[in-house]
Amino acid sequence: MSVRQIHLAAALDGAGWHPAAWREPEAVSAIELFGPRYWLDQVRRAESGLLDFVTIEDGFPLEPGALPRLDASLIAARVAPLTSHIGIVPTITTTHTEPFHVSKTIATLDYASTGRAGWRVQVGARAAEAALFGRRELPRLSIEDLGTPEGQALIGELFDEAADHVEVVRRLWDSWEDGAEIRDAATGRFVDREKLHYIDFSGSRFSVRGPSITPRSPQGQPLVVALAHQSIPYAFAARSADVALVTPHDVDAIAGIVAEIRAAQAEAGRADERLLIFGEFVVFLDENPAEAIARKERLDEAAGAPYRSDAPVFAGSPGALADQLEAWAEAGLDGFRLRPGSVPHDLDAVTRQLVPQLQARGLFRREYEADTLRGLLGFERPANRYAPAIAA
Amino acid sequence: MPANRLKQIHLAAHFPGVNNTTVWSDPRSGSHIEFDSFRRFAQIAERAKFDFLFLAEGLRLREQNGLIYDLDVVGRPDTFTVLAALAAVTERLGLAGTINSTFNEPYEVARQFATLDHLSEGRAAWNVVTSWDAFTGENFRRGGYLPQDQRYERARSFLHATRTLFDSWHGDEIEGDKASGAFFAEPKPGAFSIHDAFFDIEGQFNVPRSPQGRPVIFQAGDSDAGRDFAAAEADAIFSRHGTKDAGQAFYADVKARMAKFGRDRDQLKVLPAATFILADTDAEAHELADLVRHQQVSGQTAIRFLEQVWNRDLSGYDPDGPLPEIDPDLGEHTIARGRASVRMNRDPLAVANEYRALAEAKGYSVRELIVNVTSRQNFIGSPRTIAETINEYVQADASDGFILVPHITPDGLAEFADKVVPLLQEKGVFRTEYEGTTLREHLGLRRFGS
Repeated sequence: MSVRQIHLAAALDGAGWHPAAWREPEAVSAIELFGPRYWLDQVRRAESGLLDFVTIEDGFPLEPGALPRLDASLIAARVAPLTSHIGIVPTITTTHTEPFHVSKTIATLDYASTGRAGWRVQVGARAAEAALFGRRELPRLSIEDLGTPEGQALIGELFDEAADHVEVVRRLWDSWEDGAEIRDAATGRFVDREKLHYIDFSGSRFSVRGPSITPRSPQGQPLVVALAHQSIPYAFAARSADVALVTPHDVDAIAGIVAEIRAAQAEAGRADERLLIFGEFVVFLDENPAEAIARKERLDEAAGAPYRSDAPVFAGSPGALADQLEAWAEAGLDGFRLRPGSVPHDLDAVTRQLVPQLQARGLFRREYEADTLRGLLGFERPANRYAPAIAA
Repeated sequence: MPANRLKQIHLAAHFPGVNNTTVWSDPRSGSHIEFDSFRRFAQIAERAKFDFLFLAEGLRLREQNGLIYDLDVVGRPDTFTVLAALAAVTERLGLAGTINSTFNEPYEVARQFATLDHLSEGRAAWNVVTSWDAFTGENFRRGGYLPQDQRYERARSFLHATRTLFDSWHGDEIEGDKASGAFFAEPKPGAFSIHDAFFDIEGQFNVPRSPQGRPVIFQAGDSDAGRDFAAAEADAIFSRHGTKDAGQAFYADVKARMAKFGRDRDQLKVLPAATFILADTDAEAHELADLVRHQQVSGQTAIRFLEQVWNRDLSGYDPDGPLPEIDPDLGEHTIARGRASVRMNRDPLAVANEYRALAEAKGYSVRELIVNVTSRQNFIGSPRTIAETINEYVQADASDGFILVPHITPDGLAEFADKVVPLLQEKGVFRTEYEGTTLREHLGLRRFGS
């Protein structure tokens, strides 16, 4: 089976994904991590490599051993007017946020980027995060506890809420039909209110009346991206997302995961809809693979522990990574989100070394072929669910 | 130097919202949604060395008679997102957003403003408002359940919570020593614990101290309690007293209240919203103002305004005819929803009688009455007249400056920027270059944190 084109995204977080990445000589100073130039610089680097999109990690708590974080959606907005083709996908939790706010945040990002916005949906299971809001009690569970019946019940509840949240956001994105703003001087009407729709969602956690205050954005439906590691989030991604990010640790695991997601997609009545499945890697890249491995070891030593991740960790040459991506794409993945171990080194290795390797194999674009994120990922601009169907 | 003795004027630009100020039918009138309109508006303001740009808030589309109100501009983007994007295309202009304390949580709002302050390198401002209506609440988890007397208490508690969060970092916690691996200079940066009647929250705030320490805080309350609140807590007041006499009385009142809270008078700026109509001569400007007023108040719009006082469907009435003989419905206000102005209406029967008396005395039709009683233009005249008037108001302590709202978006500000601002600069009452980089510096406000 031959591979068509591979899609590539970069996951931006702090100084890179390794906890000691900020200590690298090339890393920006600690203060600069919280300034606008650093983030703009990263996204521009990713854009120079023609990547489909960047994600920006986020989370509310200051976790032990982790760095502070700026609000991801505002970083996205800050870089949007100064970039031109790359998709920008901030992370926002569904557990502690208002769907109404999230909807207009992403729609407005879509306006500011003229059609390049996405939303990486995340749930927050941590009790320490809930304590920052004081609106709900979450049980204090460790990562290990998430496999227990209690843990699975919590995960199930949070993803059910996430599905409702995304449903509300998607309805709000459609709550203005295209062309609702008419500016009809003859009748004095600015909008045609027949083209504005109440969404009237009612669920166990919230109900939302609508319509949005923000008109339908350039993409209509910005891209929804979800990271998933097990059955409950697979089902969520299959039901609610446009791009599922998954973390198989070997090539043999891919077929099973893809089959599970496709089955869940069919069950959710979305069998005909486009849903891309991306693999994930944390990457440490050098032309000489021994250097990449040594660099990761040096970082591990600085951090005081070997780096572990939910995603497979790749330390080696860009060429070897290209081989692996090609093989994994053949096994059924549409693309990959790469998490640079340290920035700028590993981000530049992706754009300057990995990308040319993939281009040489005919697996990656040589120029941006579309102006919107949906366009880059092969999605049409969708019909509005509230618009009257056009008679055949 | 005599110029130094003159009080300096502060100017801001209000991107027009969803009311009838905007003459959207004018061919020069651009989008209220596309980012390019915001960019142009902000860049005009920055070119003119304005202090800041201001965005209002409305979280549900307005309705009247049970239908979405369609005669004014409808729709707006998300405030935080637009301000962060504008930070990319401006360098010095302050970025002020109205964010309510009812349908948000302190941790999230503090984080958004601290982030905006970082990403704009010290230009963030927050106009804190309360909203409580169940109508808007239908769009939110939290709903609209707060009784009116609790909304200020919650607002105060909310503001204190965010202040605690902003102050949870002092500014010297980040060591970032690559050699030793010490990122923080202390073990628990950003630790906070807030337990009061409204909030029960604790943890570590995860955004480091921002350039201004705290965003500039705006307040708009006008009641006795609201004025005390502003005198105690705010950096600036978005005031509704734009005339000279009312402005002076308000200014003297709020500034006098500051002493009891141990604050210096110059640490609170009073900035009313103001509209303007410019033309080459005063006579032309008055002619133009009359035209614009009639564009802003169509016959349909006049009837809608009247309904907001009468609390009745008056669609059967002729805007060019006399006022209704029927009295306002004094029951619960149901006709117009999502408008602050309706909630602020005084005794509707008294207003109706006032209107009737005025209409009778002047021979006004419904439309002419509304054109006259909702008169919006604060400053009408030639550039010289307007510059002189603004300066006179500010020197006489009717305000510290104005937040200007043009009636054409986004380019309606350009005329003011190009023609009035240079005259103010000539008088030595408005900056010719930004002296500082942060909004606190523009406004002469102290910063917080180390």
